Amino acid sequence: MTDPILIFDLLLAAAVVALAVASLSVRDLFVAIVLFITFGLLSALAWVRLAAPDVALAEAAIGTGVTGALLLKTLHHLRYVTGTLNRPEAFSVTPAAPVPAPVLWANAAFCGLITLGLAVAFLGAPRSGPGFDALVAEALPQSGVEHPVTAVLLSFRAYDTLMEVVVLLAAVIGVWQIERGLSDAPAPVLGEVFQGFARLTLPAIVVVGTYLLWKGAEAPGGAFQGGAVLAAVGLLLLLSRLYVPQPSHRGVARWAFVLGTGVFAGVALLVAGGGRVAFEYPPEHAKTLILLIEGLVTISIAVTLAALFHGREPVALRTDGGRG
Amino acid sequence: MLDILGAALIGQGTVFFVAGTVGLLRFPDIFCRLHALTKADGLGLALIALGVALMADGVGYLVRIALIWFFVAVAGATCGHLIARYARRTMPGVRDD
Repeated sequence: MTDPILIFDLLLAAAVVALAVASLSVRDLFVAIVLFITFGLLSALAWVRLAAPDVALAEAAIGTGVTGALLLKTLHHLRYVTGTLNRPEAFSVTPAAPVPAPVLWANAAFCGLITLGLAVAFLGAPRSGPGFDALVAEALPQSGVEHPVTAVLLSFRAYDTLMEVVVLLAAVIGVWQIERGLSDAPAPVLGEVFQGFARLTLPAIVVVGTYLLWKGAEAPGGAFQGGAVLAAVGLLLLLSRLYVPQPSHRGVARWAFVLGTGVFAGVALLVAGGGRVAFEYPPEHAKTLILLIEGLVTISIAVTLAALFHGREPVALRTDGGRG
Repeated sequence: MLDILGAALIGQGTVFFVAGTVGLLRFPDIFCRLHALTKADGLGLALIALGVALMADGVGYLVRIALIWFFVAVAGATCGHLIARYARRTMPGVRDD
């Protein structure tokens, strides 16, 4: 008798691959995005089955939630630019121009190379063995936190995490530079029911995001997951128009963008200045420093993701109420 | 005993989800489909949450299940409303009064 959970796993794996293929091959952009979001949710479930709840949380919050919102926002913008916004034909909008063949082939070649690299890495890895679990468990008491994933991300392997935060900062700088002169599609008016929904859920999301951040020291969770959940607060505020970005907020936003990266790098430099290697936190302050970095990085991630969703930097309001 | 009752409730919830999915695929227009979908979301999820709650040990889990049920139900209802609202405003042949 086969294990029923094995059948579930096989079905899940088949569904993930099928959704990926469907999302790439379907012509309708909206359908492609919905399929991508479903793909992300099932991937998160797959990570749970692989006993990696940290990755599952990140996949669900960032890979599916925030990315899905960004893609839908992009589609909204595309429809606005092509003049199909709120029109019947928008239900079956397809790309205005087909993707040039060289671009397709270049993308296919890069994806093939990545797949090949993954295959080589997978086949070259030892089939069985302890992995790094034992090493991490051994070094865990020196890290100042109780959760191995947080210890790896913010102590043993902190350079990688710093670079991830820098990537996010670079992304928002790029968006604010490039989108400077583009037209701003009007935000959809979602009505009173959505306003009520936003008012009801906003406090709960704040609690969940903060909980994920705090819990990260001893259980799955952490800065990226907490930041993505808190970014949802920004999305709801923007969509419900409870918050409308103003040009005078740009300064605060810029500080919030660089806060995480700045403090992260600053702590590393300070630690390095004290005759240690960068990120070799003094054991008695390790937990405080890690929580300080995680807390401020969370704020930066949340503000950056919300700003990416809003798109261009806030510009002056015209007298007729539209954005100039 | 509680386990059997819980499993029965989860089974009933699954039936609602299957029925909702069939309705989503088979019904002719967007409002009928939404009708099918929100029934699945509302009743199916409530039954499954109730079933899981019967199997849970500890008040903490019960509170969490209740919170999940509450927020998914509210989000599902809001989504249904938003889709219907958008369809009513943009689709041809739908009366807006």
